[in-house]
Amino acid sequence: MNRIVALTGNEAAAEAMRQIDPDVVPAYPITPQTELMHKFAEFVADGLVKTEMILVESEHSAMSAAVGACAAGARVMTATSANGLALMWEIVYIAASLRLPVVMTVVNRALSGPINIHCDHSDTMGCRDSGWIQLYGENPQEAYDNILQAVRIAEHPDVLLPVMPTFDGFIISHTIERLEVLEDGEVKHYVGERKPLHPLLDVAHPVTYGPLDLQDYYFEHKKQQAEAMVRAREVVRAVGREYGALTGREYGFFDAYRTGDAEEIVVCLGSAAGTMKAVADALRGEGRKVGVLKLRMFRPFPADEIAEAIGRAKRIVVLDRAEGFNAVGGPLGAEVKAALYGRSSAEVVNCIYGLGGRDLSPELARAAFDLSGPRTVHLGVRE
Amino acid sequence: MADEKGYRDIPLGGLILEAGNAVGYKTGGWRTYRPQVDKGTCTDCLQCWLLCPDSCIDVEDGRMTGYDYDHCKGCGICAHICPAKAISMVLETDAPGAADARGCFGSKKKA
Repeated sequence: MNRIVALTGNEAAAEAMRQIDPDVVPAYPITPQTELMHKFAEFVADGLVKTEMILVESEHSAMSAAVGACAAGARVMTATSANGLALMWEIVYIAASLRLPVVMTVVNRALSGPINIHCDHSDTMGCRDSGWIQLYGENPQEAYDNILQAVRIAEHPDVLLPVMPTFDGFIISHTIERLEVLEDGEVKHYVGERKPLHPLLDVAHPVTYGPLDLQDYYFEHKKQQAEAMVRAREVVRAVGREYGALTGREYGFFDAYRTGDAEEIVVCLGSAAGTMKAVADALRGEGRKVGVLKLRMFRPFPADEIAEAIGRAKRIVVLDRAEGFNAVGGPLGAEVKAALYGRSSAEVVNCIYGLGGRDLSPELARAAFDLSGPRTVHLGVRE
Repeated sequence: MADEKGYRDIPLGGLILEAGNAVGYKTGGWRTYRPQVDKGTCTDCLQCWLLCPDSCIDVEDGRMTGYDYDHCKGCGICAHICPAKAISMVLETDAPGAADARGCFGSKKKA
């Protein structure tokens, strides 16, 4: 039973966390995530959740506490942004390699420097190879929906990997939109109870987490992680389908918008998709065969499905809200091009846009559709 | 590494599910200097037993009887603390029975 509410992205994320009622939430505030944890801390103070909230002294400690609590057997959630995520770095990898199903919302913000509090994807793109599943949300509704599904995906016995649901700082985190939320009881039933595999608090079965792992077994443990990421694909799909049956909003790897007969397709992540779809509609009205592929799941990367969905287009423009500093382009551009290799003759333009929160206006969005290549373009930067 | 298990047959994430497994990991091969006790001088005060960081002092019926050389790393704390100066640190290659101790070098596998 869906209930209609008006919430910011941060409030929607906090509402999802209230309904999930995680056992432990270690958190440290950072713009633009602050409002999310502020709201959740109110729920804790008001006794609306049973969560043990740990106010730590830094994000390095937040992720360390998350690892400890999750290994102990707790359901653990946290949230951060940009430099906070950067300070967690070491432990972000450890959470994934210890196979701990932590769910951490990242409200996307540009990494310093120069210091900037507004949206781009340099923070989460930086840890694209950390072993976390990444789900990018377009709006508050998807922020809410992705967080609920993240718990189920992370804790699935075939996966046991941490999940990072993300949404764009300020553009989504601080914008009120209409969304539908589930009843508390429905969420409680949907997420169920965590059944930890080897909880540290099971003192009858003592276990060592994090021992030294050298030439003899480290490689095997990395192979296990890589296999779990492969299996996560089917789990993300199954969880998204089940969520669709519950809410009417089914989720997959991406949304393919008017791509069926499209000759020109834009690929993007997050809030840019709304603008790109509106501009695509306008261009369709002018007779151009355009479409938009909004990628939801960046890790694992659905390469085969992307190639299948857009490979027949004549021109593909891949939007990156992060610079790769590799003198080639951005991370999404590189991965989409790799996915299309040998499977498409499309011309691929990689377009870097919106760094540090630079607005993606409808005019710029239209200009993105007009880019031709193959090349990398910085769209909206002054010469 | 022919005896090692494949990735499907080991616990996830490098977890060790067996408690007390450090006993099977013989670290004596790390040693450069070996502690040796002169039982004629030793008073069995057991300060060495109390302070050994690796629990390598063997004790029977309240008397210090020798070392667990499979795990002693040769840190020398026992020799340093010994009030009777009964413990000396001898270069491993000069120690009596050194050939046995060198056997530790080949046994670094985890249990």
